Amino acid sequence: MSPAKRNGLLQRLMRGRTAVIGVPYLWLALFFMLPFLIVLKISISEMETVRFKDLIVYADGVLRLSIKLSNYVFITEDDLYFKSYLISIKYAAATTFWCLFIGYPFAYFMARAKATLQPALLMLVMLPFWTSFLLRVYAWKGLLSEHGWVAEALMALKLDGPLQQLGLIESPGLFMNTPFSLLIGMVYTYLPFMILPLYANLAKMDVRLLEAAADLGATPWVAFWKITVPLSKAGIIAGSMLVFIPCVGEFVIPELLGGPQTLMIGRVLWDEFFSNNDWPMASSVAVVMVLLIIVPLALFNKYQAEAQEVKR
Amino acid sequence: MNLVAKYFGRGWLGLGYVFLYLPILALVIYSFNDSPIPSKWGGMTLKWYAALAEDREMLAGLWLSLKIAFYTACGSVVLGTLAAFSLVKYRRFKGRTLFAGMVSAPLVMPEVIVGLSLLLMLVSMQRWLGFPERGTLTIWLGHLLLGMAYATVVVQARLQDLNPQLEEAAMDLGARPLQVFALVTLPMIAQSLLSAWLLTFTLSLDDVVLSAFLSGPGATTMPLVIFSRARLGLSPSINAVATVIIVLVSIGVIAASYLVAHKERQRSRDLAAAQRGPT
Repeated sequence: MSPAKRNGLLQRLMRGRTAVIGVPYLWLALFFMLPFLIVLKISISEMETVRFKDLIVYADGVLRLSIKLSNYVFITEDDLYFKSYLISIKYAAATTFWCLFIGYPFAYFMARAKATLQPALLMLVMLPFWTSFLLRVYAWKGLLSEHGWVAEALMALKLDGPLQQLGLIESPGLFMNTPFSLLIGMVYTYLPFMILPLYANLAKMDVRLLEAAADLGATPWVAFWKITVPLSKAGIIAGSMLVFIPCVGEFVIPELLGGPQTLMIGRVLWDEFFSNNDWPMASSVAVVMVLLIIVPLALFNKYQAEAQEVKR
Repeated sequence: MNLVAKYFGRGWLGLGYVFLYLPILALVIYSFNDSPIPSKWGGMTLKWYAALAEDREMLAGLWLSLKIAFYTACGSVVLGTLAAFSLVKYRRFKGRTLFAGMVSAPLVMPEVIVGLSLLLMLVSMQRWLGFPERGTLTIWLGHLLLGMAYATVVVQARLQDLNPQLEEAAMDLGARPLQVFALVTLPMIAQSLLSAWLLTFTLSLDDVVLSAFLSGPGATTMPLVIFSRARLGLSPSINAVATVIIVLVSIGVIAASYLVAHKERQRSRDLAAAQRGPT
């Protein structure tokens, strides 16, 4: 290609480039970034009877700025908020742990299955995605209620005693609206989000490394911990963040499967907004929630970007 | 792998799949349950399907949800393709990190935050500009935000796998950028566009939280109807709706993957033929 022609091409590309980048960029700035700034603003404004006050009011030749930080003071002082933040983090962490515990071996054996079988196995993990999440969570309500399949099976296996001792259920035979039912629902919903990045990571691992380790005398168990696990670090972190972050703010699952002991922050925000109609308070709760997940979010973005760089 | 590990692996996978599919199976089976106690089996019946046909609220919700899902899927694929194109083809531009972050954040951001912030912005906007009224349009905007993020991931994965030489060859042969996109790039990413469309369609059809924040009077989507009933307890009408949706979605997904597999075979045949050269 001659330099002149290349320049012309570049110019044409640049013009198209502005439009291609600009449209989604502007759209996200307007509908994703700006709303956050507005939430931040409202969280420090005072509530009037119907609408919240403007931050800056110009009246009688005086510019008045009214900022109200009492919402944040309230959040730190009132037990309810603090407790529900703790409960959210606790359940999000527990969900992440169980998803990793079930999902890692699952992804590992998927990645080591016959190559011809793998697309079908992968498809089977993705298929539940296509059926409504709401309906699948609702289904657990039936499975865990009295006479439900899973409830009956747990009773037959005499597992309700140990579950009660662990504090996951309150009384034998009653599984619904307990920490147990909440955990089952969350692990169930988020398991594919753990399996998929782990599988993507484990499937591209060089198996020859394991052979080399075996030749050098490592047992499969040692090779697994010294080679496979460290190499899949990016997948573990991506999957864990993909589970942990949305779990912190989960609303539908605690509402349908959780009980009074499991008041998570998503439900608190919802109640502030829909029941109390206190928008500034709901905004403050949201701002604090964002602060909680900002570090995991940054981690997720970093490993997401790294995974994409590796692919190229 | 030794024998123990092999059987352990099979067992783990098997139990995992049972865990993933048990609720779906239970939903379908219990939609035929003829018993006053919803969680106890009491014989076969079709009465819940008959009741569903009369259920005005649910059917109106379904129709609204399908409409919103259709527009969401179309919008998400367009915006998602543009975003994926920007991220893959243009390695450097001002604010790329912020852009990449904003694209993928809705994937993990708790929906209550996205819903609340978008609603508060739309309310402010309405106060200044007099529109948009809370309702179908605002729900669509919310779903579009979520759908775009998913569509971007799907299309981006495909664009990264493409061989850029094909596009370069087309440009060398004098094709304009738009022509290159329409005649070379688009056919190659068509199946990822189809999967992105289907994925965002089902996401929108399923969404509760964003819809609850953004809906207004008269705009009650099907998930909102289902959710308000599920909060009150078990309701066999939900099982009947669930079964209908599962059947429809399965047909859609199977048809789409058949289509994609067929196209893929044809493409690889064409490629093989092109590499053999004229005979």
